[in-house]
Amino acid sequence: MKKQSNQLSNLLLAAMAALVFVLSSCGKANQGTTTGALSGNAASKVYVAPGQYDEFYAFMSGGFSGQIAAYGLPSGRLLKVIPVFSVDPEKGYGFNEETKPLLNTSHGFIPWDDAHHPALSQTNGETDGRWIFINGNNTPRLARIDLSTFETAEILEIPNSGGNHSSPYLTQNTEYVVAGTRFSVPIPQKDVAISSYAENFKGALSFVKVEPTTGHMNIEFQVLMPGLNFDLASSGKGPSHGWTFFTSYNSEMKNSLLEVNASQNDKDFVAAVNWKKAEEYLKAGKAKDFPANYMHNVYNDETHSATSTAMKSVKVLIPSECPGLVYLLPTPKSPHGVDVDPTGEYIVCSGKLSADITAHSFPKMLKAIEDKAFDGDISGVPIIKFESVLGGTVKEPGLGPLHTEFDGKGNAYTSFFISSEIVKWKVGTWEVIDRQPTYYSIGHLMVPGGNSMKPEGKYVVALNKITKDRYLPTGPELTQSAQLYAIDGDKMELLLDFPTIGEPHYAQGISAEKIKPKSKQFFKLSENKHPYVTPTEKDAKVVREGNNVHVYMTMIRSHFMPDNIEGFKVGDKVYFHVTNLEQDFDVPHGFAVMGATNAELLIMPGQTETLVWEPKKEGVFPLYCTDFCSALHQEMQGYARVSPAGSATALRWWLGDEKPVQ
Amino acid sequence: MKNSVLNLLTIIVLLAAFGCSSDKTEAAATGDSSAKPKSMVAEEPDPMTNKGVGPVTSVELGASVDQALADKGKAIYEAKCTACHKPTEKFIGPAPKGILDRRSPEWVMNMILAPEKMVKEDPIAKKLLMEFNGSPMANQNLTQDEARQVLEYFRTL
Repeated sequence: MKKQSNQLSNLLLAAMAALVFVLSSCGKANQGTTTGALSGNAASKVYVAPGQYDEFYAFMSGGFSGQIAAYGLPSGRLLKVIPVFSVDPEKGYGFNEETKPLLNTSHGFIPWDDAHHPALSQTNGETDGRWIFINGNNTPRLARIDLSTFETAEILEIPNSGGNHSSPYLTQNTEYVVAGTRFSVPIPQKDVAISSYAENFKGALSFVKVEPTTGHMNIEFQVLMPGLNFDLASSGKGPSHGWTFFTSYNSEMKNSLLEVNASQNDKDFVAAVNWKKAEEYLKAGKAKDFPANYMHNVYNDETHSATSTAMKSVKVLIPSECPGLVYLLPTPKSPHGVDVDPTGEYIVCSGKLSADITAHSFPKMLKAIEDKAFDGDISGVPIIKFESVLGGTVKEPGLGPLHTEFDGKGNAYTSFFISSEIVKWKVGTWEVIDRQPTYYSIGHLMVPGGNSMKPEGKYVVALNKITKDRYLPTGPELTQSAQLYAIDGDKMELLLDFPTIGEPHYAQGISAEKIKPKSKQFFKLSENKHPYVTPTEKDAKVVREGNNVHVYMTMIRSHFMPDNIEGFKVGDKVYFHVTNLEQDFDVPHGFAVMGATNAELLIMPGQTETLVWEPKKEGVFPLYCTDFCSALHQEMQGYARVSPAGSATALRWWLGDEKPVQ
Repeated sequence: MKNSVLNLLTIIVLLAAFGCSSDKTEAAATGDSSAKPKSMVAEEPDPMTNKGVGPVTSVELGASVDQALADKGKAIYEAKCTACHKPTEKFIGPAPKGILDRRSPEWVMNMILAPEKMVKEDPIAKKLLMEFNGSPMANQNLTQDEARQVLEYFRTL
């Protein structure tokens, strides 16, 4: 069989080589077909030999899966799915008692969200590999993932928001992650007629401060804007550091059939927020305390547990009372992506219904503000004259521009959804240099560090919205399609297709070397401060408190202590607090018990996790390790005896020939 | 491992003996067949002088037990080793009581510090792994100092 598959793969390889040869020898005649301009050496450029590492980590938003997926580039190999906003029974995330609080909101426990835009933390405008943030769009939230553990460390709910879309898009030293609302809503929420939109609906732009050592998030202030739909954002860098730019659509301020009604005006707005000015207004006591109701959930690596705190108010700045805080930059037409270039001079805006890409100039914006070159205002927010802020235009580069990334060599790469391509152009001269088709209908695109001051411009990844015929069909629902292009030459070169999970929105990439050396291998048992830790087998015990029974259990290759327990009763709520005593890399153990209505536990070395089990029937039920741990993994098992409610069966537990404890 | 080292040695010796024989395949084949029986009867190393493989090549034991050192070792042993080793009786793994009457101190420390390497490369550790049903010794990532403290504790058992 093995030999057969070897032969098969040899055949496949030969066939692939032949295909590549045919394609490369076809040259131009082949362009425009679905295989694209694959050149002869594409395979060798993405081949990472067995046992070798990829050069980059890529973090792809999991879209409606609610997660983040970490891939290696250039191979496109999936390294890990990091559960963030959605429960994940594979890891017990959102099922074990320790991680449940992370998913608390003011609406209760929510097992799902729609994750859109990952953002790597930055220092001096460069990705630093400490954390990655991502927004939850549906029930507005922001999450922080610790890149030493690749685990979700914190989730903050955003109040006064109707969908957290223009987020996180952090500032150059991770001073703030931002959260602009996609939907304007009544603030504070109240029961009003939807048709009172123009009068009652407002759009909040939240600035979430990040504590520089712990990464802990706190809503520093919200700017209460008119009822626009905020779409995406980009924070200034270098000279424009201190400002954040938010695109918006629906300057028509309609609340129904937006497809038509929000596409009337020739220009919508980019909101430019001077957050350093906001800090001055905060200090001067200009902020108003608005009542709010939101949850702040923080995971602790020493207690191996998360806690939820209910927050009750938020500071709000009203632009009409804070001159110089916000300006509106007219931008053609229904702008989607906004991307500040690495020099911090240009604010590149992609009007998705516009024929052109519009680049605003930051120095011109400052001059226009100084000269008061305004064209009226909306609710006291000045509108800067379009001509006074326009820095340049890329003329008719394609159809449906969405997003732009940069390579650090003065080039920009813009995705075009409708014409399904990436267009490379020069910042400053605005000339188109190259274009490559994508398969199909690209949304976001990503160059590692491509939104920072120091892009690592070797590859661009296309995150496509439509998959169609790219892979073997899997029924009506298909996986998502990403494509990797080399951009280190003059021409972009398609190298690889690879599937991703959920709908990919934005992604982030970073040199592996910025993360790999800091990657945690296991948790130190001596630092375990879990309230139910069992530090040694000697400490294992079972404690009844009324109907609650706490099992202090340990696991090591390859047994549980205790592995036989009697005295549970129907109607009990059993807490298995299981500590993994291993102190070595890559020795997790799993824990599962028959009839549990939640999931397994997957416990890393040195960690304690808790599974709640509420036995409904009397009998003797097996428990076992789910993660293959040693040659005797299959022997890592035990029994839990459940007696009828009110029976006199004593609570007893043991391991092996030891005398039962009771 | 030892097998292949022996084989290699035999091949080298034979090659040398045959000089610049043009038929290398024959030499290798001859070497192979004559080496096998030898290695099979090869004696196990003396457990009291065998130091095992790992970071520790030499340990000085004091004339009498250093009690303070042993106390530290006992605490570490109880926290990280007792899930598999009872001090005086066989459990998942062997009991450490009297270990220094059976093994060299270097071997004991290498077993603690580099169990994966030991069960692959040290003939005694290899045999022990099979004797204990293939249940691997967990690397609990002790520092060299901690392993030395545990060793001192073993002297008190």
